[in-house]
Amino acid sequence: MAEPLAPEETGAPGPFGSGGRTLLAGWGRTSPSYATVVEPDGVDALEAALGAPTTNVIARGLGRSYGDAAQCAGGLVIETAALAGISDVEAETGLVTVGGGVSLDDLIASTLPHGWFVPVTPGTRQVSIGGALAADIHGKNHHRDSSFATHVRRFSLATPTGTVEVSPASDPELFWATAGGMGLTGVVTEATLSLLPVETSWMSVDTERFDDLDGVMAAMESGDDGYRYSVAWVDCMTRGARLGRGVLTRGEHATAKELPAAKAGSALTAPGSPRLKIPRPAPPGLLNRASIAAFNEAWFRRAPRHRMGELHPLASFFHPLDGVSDWNLLYGPRGFVQYQFAVAASESETVRRAIEALSAARVPSFLAVLKRFGPGDPGPLSFPMAGWTLALDLPVGPSALPGVLDHLDEMVAAAGGRVYLAKDARLRPELLGAMYPRLGEFEATAARVDPDGVLASDLSRRLGIGAATNHAKEHV
Amino acid sequence: MNDAFGKPQSLILLGGTSDIALAFAERLVADRCRTVVLAGRDRTGMEAAARHLLADGATSVPIVDADATDVASAAQVVDDAFKAAEGDVDVLVVAVGLLGHQSADERDPGRVAEVTTVNYTWPAATLARAAERFAEQGHGRILVLSSVAGVRVRRANYVYGASKAGLDGYALGLSEALRGSGVALQVIRPGFVHSKMTEGLDAAPFATTPDVVADAMVGALTSNAQVVWVPGALRFVFGVLRNVPQAAWRRLPG
Repeated sequence: MAEPLAPEETGAPGPFGSGGRTLLAGWGRTSPSYATVVEPDGVDALEAALGAPTTNVIARGLGRSYGDAAQCAGGLVIETAALAGISDVEAETGLVTVGGGVSLDDLIASTLPHGWFVPVTPGTRQVSIGGALAADIHGKNHHRDSSFATHVRRFSLATPTGTVEVSPASDPELFWATAGGMGLTGVVTEATLSLLPVETSWMSVDTERFDDLDGVMAAMESGDDGYRYSVAWVDCMTRGARLGRGVLTRGEHATAKELPAAKAGSALTAPGSPRLKIPRPAPPGLLNRASIAAFNEAWFRRAPRHRMGELHPLASFFHPLDGVSDWNLLYGPRGFVQYQFAVAASESETVRRAIEALSAARVPSFLAVLKRFGPGDPGPLSFPMAGWTLALDLPVGPSALPGVLDHLDEMVAAAGGRVYLAKDARLRPELLGAMYPRLGEFEATAARVDPDGVLASDLSRRLGIGAATNHAKEHV
Repeated sequence: MNDAFGKPQSLILLGGTSDIALAFAERLVADRCRTVVLAGRDRTGMEAAARHLLADGATSVPIVDADATDVASAAQVVDDAFKAAEGDVDVLVVAVGLLGHQSADERDPGRVAEVTTVNYTWPAATLARAAERFAEQGHGRILVLSSVAGVRVRRANYVYGASKAGLDGYALGLSEALRGSGVALQVIRPGFVHSKMTEGLDAAPFATTPDVVADAMVGALTSNAQVVWVPGALRFVFGVLRNVPQAAWRRLPG
């Protein structure tokens, strides 16, 4: 058993200096803050760090949350890289037990050669298992396979009141509060999840190009059910008749029979490492209205109008940006925000109005990702809900941007929708309750394992998640 | 916590009835600032300001009694204000000040001490405590209202000007000391401001208003500038005036 971390070991701050603190930011690099960072070398050291905290504490995996979810100004940030280990996959069930700090990249590298793929993957493999559960991540198959937590059978959760073993049957409240709970119920040290059997590491992809948003949405509504994976890239900078033109890609894991003989040798190959690296932040303004519009145009033009059954390597289908490491630096010193919202299927008009608002404000926006969600899972803070979701990458800089996003928040909240907390860095706190009406339920469950409100992040402090509980406690 | 665009959600005003500070608070409340702690001596004035800010959308506007002539109280006022904020404090504004009456004050040691205390000693002591609190918190921003009167002190208002010079220098030093702590300190240097404080005085060239100063302070929230001149042209004017020979400086009007 490791000794508890004393303040002097973690680097107590000097008079005003950062005194052993580290500057941490999310993937969007917008709101950096200083915290004391520890990397416990195992579960015992982790429990010790959580057991005797003098400040707020939050876990941090690979730092791919876009906003401020995995940082804690002035507090303690627990990095989870040492929570390693990948078990053998049970041949009958596809179950695998994985350390909370293991990346999807490592998991895929270890299991894909044996014919197993992760049940849900976001647009990058560089997320940890703990982070995947804490954000209850979704992928292109949400309409069919739901989000990450649905495929998790059990996990171990280190909390300020001790480590607990959690499954949907043993403690449904804590299980589902942790799914999408942004780390505010504890640190996932290990999880067991079920993998998807695949015959090849190739995807059979159908691509269609549409000149307007209606075409994209109609095709998704009528045809998505025929595919495991579906996503559309939509151009939010076009106006008028071409508003929301897009490229719809849908696919299935290619079967061994579908592979030509030439590819049979690479039938089950794990994705490679990034080929390119961005060495430092780009100059401000590299990604501006003109350059982004040109990129969107090129992307649209290069897509085939209609092509069926094309074979793509799995990595280029799921994780195109993983080919360039640190691509977020392209956005320059001020960084970028990612805005993602979900609304019910009946609210497709809200999606259109959102794209219109962005186009009218003339804020540059990279190709937006449009997707249909299936029903949400029981997590009170889990993001997905049946209907539509739209995600946008927006460089910080244009003065109209904060106001446009505030306007979108109100539209989304009025439509009964919500924004994704794993990406948020700027929601007006008073809208959180409207977007996540079961917030109180979440806070009550979190308070059960964290009665002193020790678990907190810049995100939870900014949005006031758990504030009611903490204030109540102060006044006792 | 600030959001991705540097927009604050909570604010402390030391000088809770200052026209400039309240104009700044109004702007932040119109966005997403919901907590404004007012610290000052004029309780009636602060209560009126609180009603106004609450009507504009603030949800919590606690009032903390603060007397800038009582140097021993400085640290306690900062602690009281942080406590009243009930959570993270994103921005603290130091806007206490006493213009005084130069011609009467300059031969009255008691008045010289009072102006110096209110403009320099008490603010400096509160800044020492505020810097500590913000560094503990790991983030935050301090805006210190200085004045061009302190950039080069003049015969016509040296009691006030020298106290602002002291504050300005202290704040710049503290700003350096805070580098790397996650806490920013910025010095706001307005020219002559038409406000309660200057009522009845003749305006100097480049005179401005509390609204213009407040806009510049909002702009400072997303800049790294250590010093913000209001209006901006004063930076260049004083670039020259700072170096004018004393004999010529003495003869400048005002």
